Amino acid sequence: MSHIWRPVFVVLAVVALILALRFFIVPPDFGIWESGYMYGWHRKSDENFWKDAFKVKHQGNDYCANCHPDKTSSLSEARHSILLCENCHGPAFDHPQDPPKLPVARGRDMCLRCHAKLPYPTSLRAEIPGFLDPETHNPGMDCNMCHNPHSPNVTGPGKSGEVFRRAKYGP
Amino acid sequence: MTEQAVHAAEWTEKLLFTYPNEYIYWSIQIVMYPLLTGLVAGAFVLSSLYHVFGQKDLKDMAKFSLVFSFALLIAAPSPLILHLLQPQRGIYVFFTPHFTSAISAFGIVFFTYFVIVATEVWFVYRPYFVEQATATRREETFAGSLRRKMYKVLTLGAYDLGPRAMREDERAIKILAGVGIPVAAFLHGYAGFIFGSVKANALWMTPLMPVIFIMSAIVSGVALCMLTYIIIMEWKKMMAKRARRSRFAPDRASYEELKGAEVDLIRKTSRYLILFLIIALTLELLDLVFRGYTAVKNWEILRQVIYGRDFNNIFIKQYLIGNIIPFALLLMPRLTIRRAVAALVLVIFGVFMMRYNVVIGGQSFSLTFYGFMEYEIPVIPHNYDTYKEGLLGALTTGGLPFLLFCILNRIFPSVPEVRTEEKRF
Amino acid sequence: MGPNRRELNRRDFLKLSAKAAAGAGLLGAFRVLAPGEARAIAQTPNLRWIFLVDTYKCVGCGMCVRACKLENETPYDAPVTRTWVERYVVLKDGTLLADSPLGARDGFKDPRTMGRDVRPEDIKKAFFVPKLCNQCDKPPCIQVCPVGATYKSWDGIALVDRKWCIGCGYCIMGCPYGVRFFHPVHNVAEKCNFCYHRIHKGLKPACEYACPFGARHVGNLKDPNDPVTKIIFTERVSVLKDEYGTKPVVYYLGLDEVVR
Repeated sequence: MSHIWRPVFVVLAVVALILALRFFIVPPDFGIWESGYMYGWHRKSDENFWKDAFKVKHQGNDYCANCHPDKTSSLSEARHSILLCENCHGPAFDHPQDPPKLPVARGRDMCLRCHAKLPYPTSLRAEIPGFLDPETHNPGMDCNMCHNPHSPNVTGPGKSGEVFRRAKYGP
Repeated sequence: MTEQAVHAAEWTEKLLFTYPNEYIYWSIQIVMYPLLTGLVAGAFVLSSLYHVFGQKDLKDMAKFSLVFSFALLIAAPSPLILHLLQPQRGIYVFFTPHFTSAISAFGIVFFTYFVIVATEVWFVYRPYFVEQATATRREETFAGSLRRKMYKVLTLGAYDLGPRAMREDERAIKILAGVGIPVAAFLHGYAGFIFGSVKANALWMTPLMPVIFIMSAIVSGVALCMLTYIIIMEWKKMMAKRARRSRFAPDRASYEELKGAEVDLIRKTSRYLILFLIIALTLELLDLVFRGYTAVKNWEILRQVIYGRDFNNIFIKQYLIGNIIPFALLLMPRLTIRRAVAALVLVIFGVFMMRYNVVIGGQSFSLTFYGFMEYEIPVIPHNYDTYKEGLLGALTTGGLPFLLFCILNRIFPSVPEVRTEEKRF
Repeated sequence: MGPNRRELNRRDFLKLSAKAAAGAGLLGAFRVLAPGEARAIAQTPNLRWIFLVDTYKCVGCGMCVRACKLENETPYDAPVTRTWVERYVVLKDGTLLADSPLGARDGFKDPRTMGRDVRPEDIKKAFFVPKLCNQCDKPPCIQVCPVGATYKSWDGIALVDRKWCIGCGYCIMGCPYGVRFFHPVHNVAEKCNFCYHRIHKGLKPACEYACPFGARHVGNLKDPNDPVTKIIFTERVSVLKDEYGTKPVVYYLGLDEVVR
C-alpha cells in the first residue's frame, strides 16, 4: 500500500479516540427525547434535578399558621390579607430548623414597594391607599412605628381592601 | 462586589431602556475568532494558488503561507477557549453536537480542515523529515537525539523518496490544496452563518452575512500573506545588498532581480485583492441600502446605531480608512512597495473593524429597540474575566499565531534561507 | 531473533491496539447513531404549561422578583434576574418613558423614569408589565445550543443542564425577549423555568405565589377546566413579539402597543 494513505490511519486513530472518549464521558441517557432532535437533544436525568433535587424555599401561609396562628389570623382579617407572610419575611426554607429566625423587614423599603404613591391613574397602583410622598410623610421613620403590618387598619381615606381581594381571589 | 460577578456587566454601559439581563456577552474574543479563521482561509488559499494553479513565482510563498496557515489554525480555537465560561467542556461540541446550531459545525469543519492542512504539511515536508531522521551525526547531544526521534515519528515510517513516491506526494498535495479551498471557505462561512441566522438580533439577521464574511476573509488572508511576503522580500533584498560587496555568491539573486520580482508579484496579487475588496464593500452597502429602503420595525434603532453612535466606527474607520483609501492606493498606477504596505495594513485594519462592527455593533442596541449598550473594553485586568475579555486577552490571541509560527518554523522550516558567505564555508 | 522479528511484534501490537480503539470507537458511535429511547409519553402529553399575566393587576411592587431570586438562588445583589417588571409611562405629548430598575427587585419607588421628572398632569397612561421566560413552542434559544445543554421538557418547559452547558452564550443571543443570562455563580446559562421544582409538587411558581394582586398565573393548556386555559380561550389575550415565530405560551391581558 502506498505511503500516501498513512496520514489517513492517523486520522482514523484520532476519530476512534474521540469516539472512545465519548463512550466514557457522555452519560448513557443523553439522546433525542420527547421534543425531538431540535428541541429535545439532552441528558434525560437533568429533568430530575430540576424536578426533585432543587429545594422548595417558599412554604406558604398555611405553613406559618401552624405555629403563628395569631399573626396569620390577624393578617387575614386586615386590609393586608392579600399579602403572604413570606412577602415581607422572606422564604421560610426549613424554619424553625434552618433558619431559626426569619428576618423582620424594618425600615420603609418593604412598605414603599406598594405604598409609594405613583400618579398612574390607569394602573391598579393608584387605588392602593398610599400617602403622597415618602419624602414628606414622616421621613426617616420606620412605618411600623405607627402602622402594624399585620393589621394596618388605619382609619382614613382610601378604598377598602375589597378591590384587591377581588383582584386576587375573584368575585 | 457581586455587581462584577455578573459576567460582562463590568464592560457594558447600559443607556435608556434595556432589559435587565442584557449585557455585551460576546466581546473582543468573539471579534478575534472570525478574524483568525479568516486569516487561516486567506493564507491557505494563497498557498493553494501555487499548488493548484501552478503560480511558480509563489513557490517560496506557498510553503511559508502553508505553515503560517497551520499556525493560525492551531491558534484559532484560543479565542473560543478564553471566551467559554466552561472551557473544559469545549470538547462536548465533538461528543454531543446539536447540528441545528451553527456553532456545532465548528466540530466537523475545524476537524476536517485541520486534517487537510496537517496532511498537506506532512506531504510537503516528508522529504525534510526523512532527511532529518536519517542524518547521521558523529556527536549527538540528548536534545539532538530527541529531535531526530521526533522526525522519525513524523515520517510515519514512509522513507521512500524515490521518483514514484515523490510524484504520488505531488499529486496528494495538489488534491489537498484543491479540496482545502472550499473547506477553508466553509470554515469561515459558517462563522458568518452563526451571526446571520440569529433572528433575535436585528443587525445580524441577514442572508448576506455568510457571504460578506467569506469575502472579507479572503481579503484579510490575501492581504496578510502579501504583507508577510513583502517583509520576507525586504529581508532578502537586504541580504542581497550586503552580499554585493562579496564575490562568493554568484547564484543568489541580485537586489535588482529581487526587487523586480517582488513588485511584479505584488502588482499581480493586488488585482485579486482589489476585486475582493469591491465585492465585500458592495455586499455591505447593499445590505445597508435595503435596510434603509424597507425600513422595518428595527430600522428606527438600527439607523441610530449605524448613522449615529457607530458612524465613526463604520463609515470612517471601516469603509473609508479600511476599504476606500487602500482601494485608491492600490489602484493608482505604478504601485510601489511602500504604497502597497500602507494599503495592506489599512485593509487588515478594515477587516478587523468589520468584525468589530458586526459583533459589538449588534450588541450596542437593546432588544427593546429603545436603549443602547456601550462596550468599554477592559484595558488593565484585575481578574481573569477582565483579562480574557479585555485588551490583553485580545493581544494574547492575536499574538499566539506568531508565537506558534516561530515554534512550528523550527520543526517545519518555511522561511526561505539566505546563505551568507559564512555559512557556505 | 533478527530485526525482522522485532518489527513484526511491534506491528502486531499496533494492529491490536488499533482494533481495540476501533472497537471502543464503534461502541461510542453506536450510541450516537441510535436515537434516544422512549418517545414514551409521546406526541400528545396531557400536560403543557402555560402562563397568564394580567397587566391590569400589576402595581409594580416587585414582590415577584424578590421571591424569584430567593426561591431560585439567583444572587440577590447581582443585576440579573429570571423575571422582572417593566414600567411604561406614556406622556400626553407622545413621549414614551420606560424602565426596569434592577428588574424591579425593589419595586418602583421613584417617580422619576428614565431620569426624567414626570408631572402627573402630563401622563396619558402608565402601567406595569411583568416579564418572564415565554417557554416558546419553537424556542430559538434551544435551536442554537451547540451541545444539547438546553432543551424542552416533555411538558413544554425550556430547561438548562448545568452540568453540560459550556457557557458559549449562543442561547442568550438567540432569545428575542432577553430572558436568559449567565448565572454569576454557576457560570452557565440560566433562565426562568416556571419554578419547575414547585409546579411538579402542585405548588405555584414563586412569582405567582408572591404576587399579592394576582397578576400572574400558571396553567395547563391541556386541561380544559384550568382557569388560565379558560381565560385564554374566551378573552382577548396577546403575546410578546410574535413576529419572530417563536410561539410563546405566556399570554398577556392588557398588553399595550408601546410594550417592548
